[in-house]
Amino acid sequence: MAISLNKEKLRTQECEKLQEVSGTNVYSCYQCGNCTAGCPCVDAMDIPPHEVIRLAQFGQIEKILDSNTMWICASCVTCSVRCPRSVDISGVMEALRQIALQNGNEDVTKLGELSSEELEELPQIAVISNFRKLTS
Amino acid sequence: MEISYYPGCTLKTKAINFETSALALLEKLDVKAIELKDWNCCGVMFSQSQDNLMKQLAPIRTLIRAKESGRDRLLTLCSMCYNTLKRSALFIQENEDKRDKINDFMDLEETEYFGNEIEVVNILTLLDEIDKDKLKASIVKDAKDLKVATYYGCLLTRPKEVAIDNVEDPQIMENLLEAAGCKPVYFPFKTECCASFQVVSRKDIARERTRKIVDSARKNGAEMILLACPLCEYNLDKLQKELHEEDSTFETLPVLYVTQLLAILAGVDPEINDYSKHYIDPRPVLERKGLL
Repeated sequence: MAISLNKEKLRTQECEKLQEVSGTNVYSCYQCGNCTAGCPCVDAMDIPPHEVIRLAQFGQIEKILDSNTMWICASCVTCSVRCPRSVDISGVMEALRQIALQNGNEDVTKLGELSSEELEELPQIAVISNFRKLTS
Repeated sequence: MEISYYPGCTLKTKAINFETSALALLEKLDVKAIELKDWNCCGVMFSQSQDNLMKQLAPIRTLIRAKESGRDRLLTLCSMCYNTLKRSALFIQENEDKRDKINDFMDLEETEYFGNEIEVVNILTLLDEIDKDKLKASIVKDAKDLKVATYYGCLLTRPKEVAIDNVEDPQIMENLLEAAGCKPVYFPFKTECCASFQVVSRKDIARERTRKIVDSARKNGAEMILLACPLCEYNLDKLQKELHEEDSTFETLPVLYVTQLLAILAGVDPEINDYSKHYIDPRPVLERKGLL
């Protein structure tokens, strides 16, 4: 993915917020790609995890928020435990969801669209964890 | 031995087989699990964001109940409860100011929680602590080398700080099942995620995960999949049924909680399991091995 950068486009302030909410330092990443290699849901993501971190390093948070990546992440934490630089990629995904929801992003899961049969069938832990991660 | 027990929401409904079998098994092993009084939901998923403390209240309140029980260990069966309680406790242990804020918010609680008073123990850890000779002595049925795939999923082994065993290659379940006369098979997908809560909004992803996980177990000769998480159980069990309905050449494997099998082997009446809760009926395999 080619992006052109100049001084104005490097939005470091937004990246700082991302780092504050996630509690991780994205500049530690040296792009080995281990996170993406082990991600169980990467096939469905617009931007793979290592590219998310690269874009964050350049302050391109808007670009990341336009993708579906953080809504596909299942918080399995495989990426974070395998990162040789201790970047908490899974925490970054959580922070991206939080920032998007605080910015007024529409809820990904809409309670009203779930049928009563589905709600009856699904275990409570599936429904509650889904709402905890994907709704505001 | 006595230990406080926190069931969590799903253990009383969808995963009732997990609770009944685990409690019956523990009784055989002289462990008394005493359910907490007045418990609430743990929040299910640990909130990883640093600035949303509201989501830490449910797990911390649960730990307060455990502290009030007067016993210093808390047993969980559900791996999601285990993970959330343990990570929330670590979170407030490492962040004093956030811990104070959380306790201030819950000032109506008579007890404060500081982070390290309660040891959260998963059922697999508890079973692993029991002397293997004692466990072997409690086994009264011959499993006849039943080939099992042990599935840990995510939350028992990640992140490293709360893992019950090695992050990439845990062995706790294998050791227990070997002691009980089963043959755990090589299963490289044992810590791969089943897509978890995505089953609600993106079932297509969860289905593909199920297909890969079950294919791996079957190719390695497993006759059933054993696990310890109610959400993994639902995903692997229910979605296998859907995959099979869609394509009859997809071969299914029954999915059981590890305690369901161990309890049967320890002589608990197999009928305590409510088999109608299974999407793939495990009875043919159990019958073949003479365990029913």
